[in-house]
Amino acid sequence: MLRIRNLESGYGSLRVLKGISLHVNSGEIVTIIGANGAGKTTLLETIAGVVAASSGEILFDGRDLVTLSPERIVAAGCSLVPEGRQVFAPMTVRENLVLGAYIRSGREGKAAVAEDIDAIHRHFPILKERDGQLAGTLSGGEQQMLAIGRALMARPRLIMLDEPSMGLAPIIVRGIFEIIGRLRAEGNTILLVEQNAMASLGIADRGYVMETGQIVLEGTARELMENHDVQRAYLGKEYRSIGEGRG
Amino acid sequence: MQYLLSGITTGSIYAIVAIGFNIIYNTTGIINFAQGEFLMLGGMISISLCSVMPLPLAIALAVAVTAAVGYCIELLFVRWIHNPTVLRMVVMTIGISILIREIALHVWDEKVRSLPYFTGNEVTSVSILGARISPQILWVLGTCALIVVLLNLFYGRTLLGKAMRACSANRMAASLCGINAGRMVTVSFMLSAAIGALAGCVISPMTQTQYDCGTSLAIKGFTAAIFGGLGSSSGAVIAGLLIGVIEAVSISVLPLAYKDAVTLTLLLLILVVRPSGLFGSREAGALKEF
Repeated sequence: MLRIRNLESGYGSLRVLKGISLHVNSGEIVTIIGANGAGKTTLLETIAGVVAASSGEILFDGRDLVTLSPERIVAAGCSLVPEGRQVFAPMTVRENLVLGAYIRSGREGKAAVAEDIDAIHRHFPILKERDGQLAGTLSGGEQQMLAIGRALMARPRLIMLDEPSMGLAPIIVRGIFEIIGRLRAEGNTILLVEQNAMASLGIADRGYVMETGQIVLEGTARELMENHDVQRAYLGKEYRSIGEGRG
Repeated sequence: MQYLLSGITTGSIYAIVAIGFNIIYNTTGIINFAQGEFLMLGGMISISLCSVMPLPLAIALAVAVTAAVGYCIELLFVRWIHNPTVLRMVVMTIGISILIREIALHVWDEKVRSLPYFTGNEVTSVSILGARISPQILWVLGTCALIVVLLNLFYGRTLLGKAMRACSANRMAASLCGINAGRMVTVSFMLSAAIGALAGCVISPMTQTQYDCGTSLAIKGFTAAIFGGLGSSSGAVIAGLLIGVIEAVSISVLPLAYKDAVTLTLLLLILVVRPSGLFGSREAGALKEF
């Protein structure tokens, strides 16, 4: 579904991505893990068109996204839930969801949008309770649900999630990952960027490890979880416990 | 009573200017300091046109032309700023306002002009609650009320209005929703230019129009916009009327020369005591960037 080849991008003269190649198949959860500053967010923002690519190609169902504006990329069926949630704080929860369906509203009309909002409410009952409340007054976890719901309103074929667990309490993080699992069960394709490698490898099919703008490792989620370098660097296991596990 | 009514009249003018500020603020999060110039342009163009065509047509054309000017400003200047910080936009719009003023000086020279009264003439008056006022005041108040009602419907009910508010709240998130943020900014500049021009026409018979009349109106309108809570049109109207009345009352107590000082003192006081404005919700105010 998504195939990226030798992608390079950055901010001004700062080159952040140094030739990234990866792919996401339809129906998969693919996760990208890596430390702070590895370029994970830049990668997602480049796919979404927020950051301009300097070279390489991003094929989405065979169509090159590199030259398209963020709006056109959303219309093509590829939505990003940005880092830090970025809900429309001074607007109500419902307005946020309605705006998520902006690209479809012209074609499909109000009834279809209202129907989708009901579907989002079934996923996230809390958003129904908060319907008329200003989005900025929601808790972090609620805002994350709203951000995911808003992205789903565009009916994307690929959802990219940037650090959905950032700044959330462990119990809420668990809830968010449950939701991601449910989204996949409904046939969504998900590209998940996370610092919480343990949780994201736990639900992903495959994963990539990113370091300073490059992919240094790839494999199935299980392979990565069993890889000693990954365990040491991202899963927080000590040398000794790895050794014991081996013994 | 007479003071109150004259205060309400000038106040409603400030209110319309404040609404113009709010429109652009609502999509871009910036203050367009060239807003006063839109009023001047609307007034001047309609004055020039009304010698060759009937008044309503002249006003309609003036509004359309000024909206086109708003479009050009967006196209020529605003669009090219890739990183629109508040300070950059403020400096740029002040520059644009000076530019428009100088062009107007060359086109229309320094002469003070005015549109004819919409109904009657300068001595016609209607009696309301014992005070005698010009029917033009009713035109001003009516236009102001109509604009507020229509704008509230536009921002609250229509998708385009909501999309414009979304751009103001978070531009990147708006484009990730598929909203073309650039187009929203264009629309907001045209809309606020059109409303400014309409206001400029309606007030021209009473206040007269000169190439530099926009600046003082812009300052008063800005005060009203801040006072009412940036972004809120109904707040702007109440604040505008209040400022008008306060000014009118101050004239009766203090020398005329202190009129502007009173308004500006008020502006400073509000900025210190209640930056979110008198009627802006604190909750929403805390969530805004500027």
